Amino acid sequence: MHQFIWLIPVFPLVGFIIIGLLNKRLPVRLSGGIASAAVFLSFLISLGVFREVQLPTNVPERIVLFNWISAGDLNIDFAFLIDRLSAIMLLVVTGVGFLIHIYSIGYMSHEPDHPRFFAYLNLFIFFMLLLVMGSNFIVMFAGWEGVGLCSYLLIGFWFKNTDYNNAAKKAFIMNRIGDLGFLLGVFLIFTTFGTVSFKEVFEGAKQFSSNDPTITAICLLLFVGAIGKSAQIPLYTWLPDAMAGPTPVSALIHAATMVTAGIYMVVRSNVLFALSPYASEIVAIIGLATAFFAATIGLKQNDIKKVLAYSTVSQLGYMFVALGVGAYDTALFHVVTHAFFKALLFLGAGSVIHAMSGEQDIRKMGALKGKLKITHLTFLIGTLAIAGLPPFAGFFSKDEILAAAHEHSLSMFTLLSITSVLTAVYMFRLYWLVFHGNFRGSEHQKSHLHESPFSMTIPLIVLAVLATIGGFMGMPEIFHAPHYLKEFMSPIIWKPIHHVASHTFEYTLIGTSIVLLLVIIYATHTIYVKRQMLPDADENIPAGLPKLVANKYYVDEIYHAIITKPLDAISSFFNTYIEKGIIDKLVNSTGPALQGLSGLLRFTQTGNIGSYIFSMVIGIIVILLLTLMV
Amino acid sequence: MNSILSVVPIEYYLGLAAMLFTIGVMGVLFRRNAIIVFMCIELMLNAVNLLLTAFSTMHGDAGGQVMVFFIMAVAAAEVAVGLAILVMIYNNLRSVDINEMNKLKW
Repeated sequence: MHQFIWLIPVFPLVGFIIIGLLNKRLPVRLSGGIASAAVFLSFLISLGVFREVQLPTNVPERIVLFNWISAGDLNIDFAFLIDRLSAIMLLVVTGVGFLIHIYSIGYMSHEPDHPRFFAYLNLFIFFMLLLVMGSNFIVMFAGWEGVGLCSYLLIGFWFKNTDYNNAAKKAFIMNRIGDLGFLLGVFLIFTTFGTVSFKEVFEGAKQFSSNDPTITAICLLLFVGAIGKSAQIPLYTWLPDAMAGPTPVSALIHAATMVTAGIYMVVRSNVLFALSPYASEIVAIIGLATAFFAATIGLKQNDIKKVLAYSTVSQLGYMFVALGVGAYDTALFHVVTHAFFKALLFLGAGSVIHAMSGEQDIRKMGALKGKLKITHLTFLIGTLAIAGLPPFAGFFSKDEILAAAHEHSLSMFTLLSITSVLTAVYMFRLYWLVFHGNFRGSEHQKSHLHESPFSMTIPLIVLAVLATIGGFMGMPEIFHAPHYLKEFMSPIIWKPIHHVASHTFEYTLIGTSIVLLLVIIYATHTIYVKRQMLPDADENIPAGLPKLVANKYYVDEIYHAIITKPLDAISSFFNTYIEKGIIDKLVNSTGPALQGLSGLLRFTQTGNIGSYIFSMVIGIIVILLLTLMV
Repeated sequence: MNSILSVVPIEYYLGLAAMLFTIGVMGVLFRRNAIIVFMCIELMLNAVNLLLTAFSTMHGDAGGQVMVFFIMAVAAAEVAVGLAILVMIYNNLRSVDINEMNKLKW
């Protein structure tokens, strides 16, 4: 199989080039078809990789494509590392990516610019595959930057709208801020270990003692990169704004793949983070704060995609909590299940928006379950998965994170449980308001309500099936089923957590969460369906806490005042005084200066032959004197 | 061949060549007729020829006299070209007065 590995990222790259070059000549089915076929081929090879990797005799394989950088002590190969972790990520990226490509064929069918869209999607898949397959920090970083670029290109896809452009810029710039930390971490790794290749760095790291300051610094710097990429506090505000992009983009990039790059990076570097409990603690605390904070904001959002965006930020916080307490395989479990149900929810939201002729405000929706049967059913499955009802996937991964948190600290567990409650509340608020009750939209929208075409509903169904059965790869111990994922990931994790929570605790946790969830479902049904209590219109939000939360705690405004405005002021100062006042003046004056000088010099051309001869004689005399003097 | 220089010392040759050269320079600077200017240039060249021959006799080195041959050939070529240009100028300007050849000015 390893002779085909290089093809995995190459198929989407070729797809990008072909679609990009043919551009306007392609009809939508063909551009979407080429893009989807490219990703599907990569998926098939990834299946082959997965099959090979799960053999017990398998060793991680390093496949060198070419020697990339070779300068003195610095030797970096462009190489791929194929082990169990990259195999799982490959399947998720290519599998979910393929489904979203198929969905996009239907969603973007009326879009005149669709070849550009599919080209960018393929380019994104290419970079994401580089990220998860890289065998050293630099190839990973190349993919890291590339997905940030594609995120910018896709968020700002409808570039004629200035607001969307600003959202794209915001995403890219915040990513870049994180990337600065990541790059500093890589530099530190190089100076400490002399190499950036994963295998050698992690082997060398095992010699270090626990909480060594260098390792801690490396971990914190790498985590800064993850904060930017995976939208944690304080670099999360780009993700809700990123909903300006087309919905398949939100599903692929900002739910299933790009934002999980940070988690992948930490799982890959689990040796480093296990060596530094101090850094891991910070990871957990930031993850916890983000999870809770974003969940509270999600309670008051009225745009269907913004609710899901804050939900993504919150769920990423969960994953970082799992990473912080050392449960790396649990975090990966949640990455996979989250990819399933969050992509499902976003694609379902896209289907709803498509049916509502572009409306995204849930206060104008309602009673959609009649006309959108498949969308409704799959969205319900997604909601149950994220809220954590067994047997759906989200329950098992979330349960594991809660158990791991409980092992670590009681306060962490409490706050995380409250966040789970909030998650269920805002998700079901969304579900009831969109699909039940009375239709609150316009007559025009009502007449156009229709279920989406097959290209959109089939991926929804496939993802719903995955969200239903996906949990069974990681059953808790009390059900006496093997935890497939934990066993699968054991070669990757250096110091796996072998805690087994007590059976009483597990049963209590499961029982309480199911009961609480049913109570929440009933309560939200009463509030939003029976009593028809709709969210307030924007003008009528009561002052105080509701207004604070509805305005997202004014974080964007704070950033604008503290960071953007001073930077703008400094920029304009430099522009007027230095750029225009000094440099432009200097450059623009060379012309007139030369003109003045030549204006003076031209008077030597008198035309009088006598004077020319005279100056020649003078010159000869001068040269003679000089030679005699020397 | 040193005998000539025992009768007429080298300083006399130096003085004569210097005076010829100076007269030539003066002529080039102050005469108005272009043909006279050419003749003065030839005068300067001949002064140099005289000096070269004298020094070649003094050092017994034939190189000086070889140089003289070169200079004579070059002078001949230069005169041919210069007079041709002067003829063309006369055809257009009807005069050989150098003060009237002042069109190439700012």
